[in-house]
Amino acid sequence: MEFFNEIELKKIDEIKSHYPESKAALLPVLWMVQEKYGWISEDSMKKVGDLLNIPYEHILGVVTFYTMYNKKPVGKIHLQICTNVSCMLRGGYELFKYVSDKLGIKNKEVTADGMFSVEEVECLGSCATAPMLQVNNQNFYENLSQEKVDKLIDSLHSEQKVNNT
Amino acid sequence: MENMKIILKDIPDLHKIEVYESNGGYSALEKALKKMTPDEVINEVKTSNLRGRGGACFYTGLKWTFMPKETPKPKYLCCNGDESEPGSFKDREIFEKNPHQFIEGTLLACYAMGIKAAYVYIRGEYYKWINLLQNAIDDAYKKGYIGKNILGSEFSTDIYIHRGAGAYICGEESALMNSVEGKRGYPRVKPPFPAAYGLWGNPTTINNIETLSNIPEIIKNGGQWFSKIGEPKHPGTLLFGVSGHVNKPGVYELETGTPLMTIINDYCGGVTDGKEIKMVIPGGSSMPPLTKEEALTIKMDDASLKAIGSAIGTAGVMVMNEEADIVKVLLRISKFYYHESCGQCTPCREGTGWMMRVLKRIDEGKGRMSDLDLLIEVAQNIEGNTICALGDAAAWPVKWTIKKFRKEFEAKIPEVEEKSVPLNKVHSLRYS
Ligand SMILES: Cc1cc2nc3c(=O)[nH]c(=O)nc-3n(C[C@H](O)[C@H](O)[C@H](O)COP(=O)(O)O)c2cc1C
Ligand code: FES
Repeated sequence: MEFFNEIELKKIDEIKSHYPESKAALLPVLWMVQEKYGWISEDSMKKVGDLLNIPYEHILGVVTFYTMYNKKPVGKIHLQICTNVSCMLRGGYELFKYVSDKLGIKNKEVTADGMFSVEEVECLGSCATAPMLQVNNQNFYENLSQEKVDKLIDSLHSEQKVNNT
Repeated sequence: MENMKIILKDIPDLHKIEVYESNGGYSALEKALKKMTPDEVINEVKTSNLRGRGGACFYTGLKWTFMPKETPKPKYLCCNGDESEPGSFKDREIFEKNPHQFIEGTLLACYAMGIKAAYVYIRGEYYKWINLLQNAIDDAYKKGYIGKNILGSEFSTDIYIHRGAGAYICGEESALMNSVEGKRGYPRVKPPFPAAYGLWGNPTTINNIETLSNIPEIIKNGGQWFSKIGEPKHPGTLLFGVSGHVNKPGVYELETGTPLMTIINDYCGGVTDGKEIKMVIPGGSSMPPLTKEEALTIKMDDASLKAIGSAIGTAGVMVMNEEADIVKVLLRISKFYYHESCGQCTPCREGTGWMMRVLKRIDEGKGRMSDLDLLIEVAQNIEGNTICALGDAAAWPVKWTIKKFRKEFEAKIPEVEEKSVPLNKVHSLRYS
């Protein structure tokens, strides 16, 4: 697989045109890397560096600063559970514990089959619909209960299996 | 009670451009471009006494006058949708329910200050809302509201979304600019202020999403009209984001000066299970908390809250009932600021971790009475001693929660105090 294909490279040119300096395209391009590969490896950082003409050291500094960039692979279904105050008051920690125990993994661990990982995260701006979680940095699932989260995990799992066949 | 709504109006499908247009949308932009000079727009905003909704309550019109008028340099606007202060979730509501009013406000700000490009910085977790806003921006481009020669005028400007990647500090305006430039989100030393030296060293203004969303109605109805809504010294409405122990948590747009108990009882259906209030954080987790007695009488505006030593912040109201464990709440808040400290300034980098560890030992029943004064002292040594206000944001809740709820902490301290405590490990989590 090419690191970025023709269409993706066009998209990067478009992103670059938003800014007077191509360095500013770094965060959006790192997002593209993560969306395509699931995480950002040292090799990816070097390739991005060549593409945008930015030293690898700068990119390493950026990737390690922002918590949403995965510095190592996560599960296909990465569950990000908020435990900040408003969620905590409505069962955020209980939800985190329930999901971790159910999957048999701890914070930032991945299940043996590579399917799931969990992460305790800070407030996601969903405090009125607590407790809640986010999946793969994308969709929010709010007002959760144990039953709801059981169903959610099942449905995400079967979706993944369908995608893989 | 009939209440005034400026942003979250009760109009179905207002997020669609046609619906927004048929309800007077983009008419303020047209009015400004055809009938007003940029200075007249700024003056109208000054007259309105609109104050920033991002936390600091700074006068928006005044801020806009700091931008140099005659300059060969390009000027920029950053729209702050980082919204990462725990307990805040109001800007997200604007992206979802009324994105075009925000876009129109941004365009008016660009016209007023002679700006050619605006960057909307949105926290990376708001994936869904980034897409919603991008759709709205695309629609506005198609209709000629954004881009070259807007509505046939000489005025051209672009609006781009810049997605964050998980760092509360990037809500701080100078860290935000570094993040747009593709760097670590480190706050910059000020002065120079952004209006003199902002994005890529050029004049820049930073405004919150809600602040900008107020502008179209101000231009349509006049600054005088706006200045008379709510509390005269802090006029307009606020999007109160209420969470925690209430029956109907959510975002409620109400006039400034609305009593807190009106918000909790009349809009949020009261405290859950009919319990009593123990503590309320009035404006996002960094704001000094209110006791029950204070909560019962306080009005929600800048001056009223300042008078009792707190502040309106982001108007994110976190309600805790009589059963809430205040030590655990403060520990969780401290853990957040420890996690989010960017690590540049020693008092903040080390102090946040220190406070968290002392709170942890108190919570585990291993604290000592002297820890309470120690916490206040550490907090006071962070406050005012850092490049940006994250230090203050970390210090205030510790200092004020202990001052106001000391008994809650004392109750967790054992009568026979442990003499040995684990060594303080000193490092910042961000690098672990
Ligand atoms: C640590 C920190 C985090 C901040 N986060 C935000 C934020 O998420 N959104 C925001 O609008 N302002 C935030 N601010 C305030 C901004 O620095 C700035 O004052 C504000 O965006 C200006 O807009 P306004 O004048 O319209 O309020 C933060 C400040 C600090 C110190
Ligand atoms: S506290 Fe969990 S989303 Fe805000």
